[in-house]
Amino acid sequence: MAEQEMGNSKTPSAWKVSRRSFLFKLGMGLNVVAAALVSVPLVGYMLSALRHKAWQAWIPLGPLNDFPENQTRLATYVNPFTRPWDGQTSNQPCWVRRLEGEKFQVFAINCTHLGCPVRWFPQSGLFMCPCHGGVYYADGSHASGPPPRGLYEYETKIKDGQLWVRGGELPTLSQPV
Amino acid sequence: MGRLQAIAVWLDQRLHLTKLFETTAGHTVPARSGSWWYVFGSATLVCFIIQVVTGILLALLYIPSANEAWLSLQYLNYQQPLGWYLRAVHGWGSNFMVAMISIHMAQTFLFGAHKYPRELTWIAGVFLFLCTLGMAFTGQVLRWDQDAYWGLGIGAAMMGRFPLIGRELVALMLGGLIIAGETLSRFFTLHVFVIPGLIIALISVHLRLVLTAGINEYPEPGKLVNKETYHEEYEALLKKTGVPFYPKAIDKDITFSGLLILAILTCAAVFGPFGPNGPPDPTLINTVPRPDFYFLPLFSVFALLPPYMETFLILTAPVVGIVLLLVLPFLSGTGEKSARRRPVAVLSVIFIFLNLSVLAYLGLSSPWSPHMDAWSADPTPIEYVKNRTPLELQGALVIQDKQCRNCHSLGGRGGERGPALDGVATRLTHDQLIRQVLQGGGNMPAYGKQLSPPEVTALVAFMETLHPAHEPPARPSAVPAAPGR
Repeated sequence: MAEQEMGNSKTPSAWKVSRRSFLFKLGMGLNVVAAALVSVPLVGYMLSALRHKAWQAWIPLGPLNDFPENQTRLATYVNPFTRPWDGQTSNQPCWVRRLEGEKFQVFAINCTHLGCPVRWFPQSGLFMCPCHGGVYYADGSHASGPPPRGLYEYETKIKDGQLWVRGGELPTLSQPV
Repeated sequence: MGRLQAIAVWLDQRLHLTKLFETTAGHTVPARSGSWWYVFGSATLVCFIIQVVTGILLALLYIPSANEAWLSLQYLNYQQPLGWYLRAVHGWGSNFMVAMISIHMAQTFLFGAHKYPRELTWIAGVFLFLCTLGMAFTGQVLRWDQDAYWGLGIGAAMMGRFPLIGRELVALMLGGLIIAGETLSRFFTLHVFVIPGLIIALISVHLRLVLTAGINEYPEPGKLVNKETYHEEYEALLKKTGVPFYPKAIDKDITFSGLLILAILTCAAVFGPFGPNGPPDPTLINTVPRPDFYFLPLFSVFALLPPYMETFLILTAPVVGIVLLLVLPFLSGTGEKSARRRPVAVLSVIFIFLNLSVLAYLGLSSPWSPHMDAWSADPTPIEYVKNRTPLELQGALVIQDKQCRNCHSLGGRGGERGPALDGVATRLTHDQLIRQVLQGGGNMPAYGKQLSPPEVTALVAFMETLHPAHEPPARPSAVPAAPGR
């Protein structure tokens, strides 16, 4: 109250008013700086999910003998990027199709429609999805239902008698494996 | 003045409790607004309070770690005394909360409560509705079972449809590259800190607006909202028929809330807690993921939309829907309030609820999904194997063995993705059957590579016998009917 009167009164000592307004501006300025200093690390912390040294890595799926020719089998691996408390969720499945000799196709488990786990039916040679009825042929191409494309296919290589795939990221339409 | 009274007065002079009471619980409302139609807002609030209390108690045991969350829920269900009951009350409370807030929203819309001068009350309510749905989804994730895991997969797949920034959105949503520990922590934070905080803030705004703008008067047909005269009319109504909310208008609210709590407790005791179902191990792929009932309509939409418009609608429809809800009070801010004179409003509400109900019902039966075990589990009807030749019987085996039954039913058992095969011979000729099997089409995969010629011959021979006794099989129109055929 008293301050207001002083501020509004027409006292000749104008420097008092300017000191007050200076202090107000200084206070605001300090808080803007503080807010920036606080928010930069906060936003950086939030966005750290986007900063990975690598998004994908080569993963061994097992010796070639585990996968008989002309068959499609479920293989599992532990995701290369995990936290110690990830538990079972760090286990990842994929479908390994071995053609003749050392030709392989490895498909992600996720339906390209909305990510549900597709199941392989060897008798009819089809992958079927339990969610919205997507169906794929043995080579991963789209057979019927709502999926916009064929199954996501991992890059593969053979090293030291083992089958390797390049993965580690949940495949989506933006990032097909 | 007795000593107790003196203490009360002393306290009141300092805490201003009577003043607070007069401006809140004791404020004046139009007598007719103390109606059974007006109980759903307080009912939603009661649900929220139940959720907060049970949620806090569940958090005493629940472990938000990907490795232990599922185990801690098993412990709550089977080891912790009354843990199952708390989980059940929390689960049923959430169902009732979604139901109550939906009814509350429909009721306030039908009673014109979103109109002038209560636009912001409606808008705060829309955000409360969105927060409630957010709680429902994040809560389902915290169950951390197979449905939660693949539900997150569906969410990530939707994010992944965003052009340009899809990959980054997925990583932000999951808190990493796959669905794992950080994903759970993220949704735990949302479910326990962020969204409840928002809800409490929004409830404060919502209730404050109810007090400052006054509760919506019971609409009368023909009485129009006019910005110039509304406040005068409302004041006059309060003068004429005003009663204090407490104790004159709260009776129906507390009665309904009491019944509601009893209903939640009864459902919890009778039906028990929701899940968790199978453990969140993605390598256990023999699972049929389904969302909780509030998201079943959405789940069905994804199966039924034409694929070419799916991405476009996933990205735009939610935005359009929310914007429409937010601008509603500005599109129809004045005029008639009574539902009796607003046929479009009534039809819209009926249309929306019918759509959601039908889609939810379809989601429960999911006729578009193959029945994964029909081929090995569903029996062939006896009348379809009676008096059949060995070749035809072989065909009946092919139908089972090649998983045809996963999508086609026989005798009412099997998948519903494709047409039932009972009577298929009356629809397709011999040649058409062969073509359909080998080349597929009409949403059926081609089986040319998977069937040997003898298998096709047997399969078609069997299917040609599938017609009612009184109805002959289809025959090619180009071939003249011969006697005996």
